[in-house]
Amino acid sequence: MTINLNTYNLTYKPFGSLAILIEWPARIDEAIIRDIVAFEKSITNDQHIVDTIIAYNSLTIRYQFLNSFDRTVLRLKGLYEEKQDYKKQESKLWQIPVCYNQKFGLDLAEIAKTKNLSVEEVVELHTAPSYLIYFLGFQPGFLYLGGLNTQIHMPRKSNPRLRVQKGSVGIGGEQTGVYPQDSAGGWNILGKSPINFFDITKPQPCFAQAGDRIQFVSVDVETFEQIYEEVEKGIYELKFQEL
Amino acid sequence: MIKVLNAGIYCSVQDQGRLGFAKKGIPQGGSLDSYSAELANALLKNSPTDAVIEITFGLGKFEFTHDTYICITGGHFSPKLNMSSMRMNRVYEVNKNDMLSFGKRNYGARVYLGIQGGIQSEMVLQSRSFASGITQLRLEKGDELHIKLMETYVEDAFSKVKVYKDHFEAADLECFPGPEFDQLNESQKERLFESFTISEDNNRVGYRLNESIENDLAPILTSAVLPGTVQLTPSGKLIVLLRDCQVTGGYPRVLQLTEYAVSRLSQRIAGEEMRFEVR
Repeated sequence: MTINLNTYNLTYKPFGSLAILIEWPARIDEAIIRDIVAFEKSITNDQHIVDTIIAYNSLTIRYQFLNSFDRTVLRLKGLYEEKQDYKKQESKLWQIPVCYNQKFGLDLAEIAKTKNLSVEEVVELHTAPSYLIYFLGFQPGFLYLGGLNTQIHMPRKSNPRLRVQKGSVGIGGEQTGVYPQDSAGGWNILGKSPINFFDITKPQPCFAQAGDRIQFVSVDVETFEQIYEEVEKGIYELKFQEL
Repeated sequence: MIKVLNAGIYCSVQDQGRLGFAKKGIPQGGSLDSYSAELANALLKNSPTDAVIEITFGLGKFEFTHDTYICITGGHFSPKLNMSSMRMNRVYEVNKNDMLSFGKRNYGARVYLGIQGGIQSEMVLQSRSFASGITQLRLEKGDELHIKLMETYVEDAFSKVKVYKDHFEAADLECFPGPEFDQLNESQKERLFESFTISEDNNRVGYRLNESIENDLAPILTSAVLPGTVQLTPSGKLIVLLRDCQVTGGYPRVLQLTEYAVSRLSQRIAGEEMRFEVR
């Protein structure tokens, strides 16, 4: 797949005195996030950069020193022109096991009822797509995913749960995602994944990155427990394909 | 070691935080008043990256299990070493079994306890700063923190540090226009630069302000936020984000505080007045 490069008119804004905010057209769009990821990869070794933040249509670059906004923007514009083709980037499709048993899928029956679908159909619709990871935010290891089938869009619960278990897979409006740690939350819970989305004991605490894809794979309770144990022991190998 | 005898409402180990992990959704964290934390390290001749203990409202009590040097900076909560009063921003030698405690508030909100060589708690993702889901969340009574063995400390005989009270008391907070500032109309901008008071809803993630601004701005597509970002929420209330804020948010970002203003706001408490000043 080739997408035209450098077709976006970017705006560069100062964000305080030590950061630059670069904005793409304001929409959720796969081509845009690919362009942002490619640009981000081409600048990470540039001087004085201490952090970068990727979101749907923006890239924020934080600097240790930023002596001249104008000069830095000129330099960034040059780097944007030169950035590498997407094809040369590695991106992965991760297979994420999820147990959709009602033991974990606390709201699965409710979703099925509201949407006039069977539980099996909801699971099928949720496991069919490969979801694009737009970026990570909200909590360490939380993935903002795009591609949820409109048939299972479901408004957030009006009474959020005080505690949603780590690994819970939910739907909130047009979004789907996995809670990387125990937290309060208002999403409708379909199931649970035994995988760690955030593991501080690993040099790369989160396996996935913006631009990768994930696919949910339905597993039964027995398999869930087996994988859970392997994850605990640190011997589970997450399956993925290179894209 | 340092033994925690009482951890009050919130004590934590902090350094300059975690930079370079925002793409994984990891907040920066770090000492809220980084200016005061770095002052403690400078006076102790530590590295600026060394870890200190941040003590909210001076509510904390500590015992030293061996000799070392310490320095108290930040908010003034009448620090005492055993029974004797201590001065702020001065290096003290402490001995085995000495006890550090605090009393009445004179000014500020966060006290920094700097220790020679820095606190040696666990380093996770290049930082010792406590953070939810990454390290322990808070210091608890009974915790014991490793410190380095005492080294010779030579005081600079004629140097003295003066910290201006403005750091803790001046109402003006320097800032820059934020990415969505230009979407505000003239009357909204005018209101933005009048005074605000700090609400009870304030913590290491951010301070919510009491007064509202009439708000008709559309939410933005989720984008980056930074410590010091001032968000305008749909209800018209402002939130000033501090060091433990998330890496992204969906509210318009109307102002961005300077690094120094983030430090200063962190020393303010609920009910106090403040004012944004664009430079």
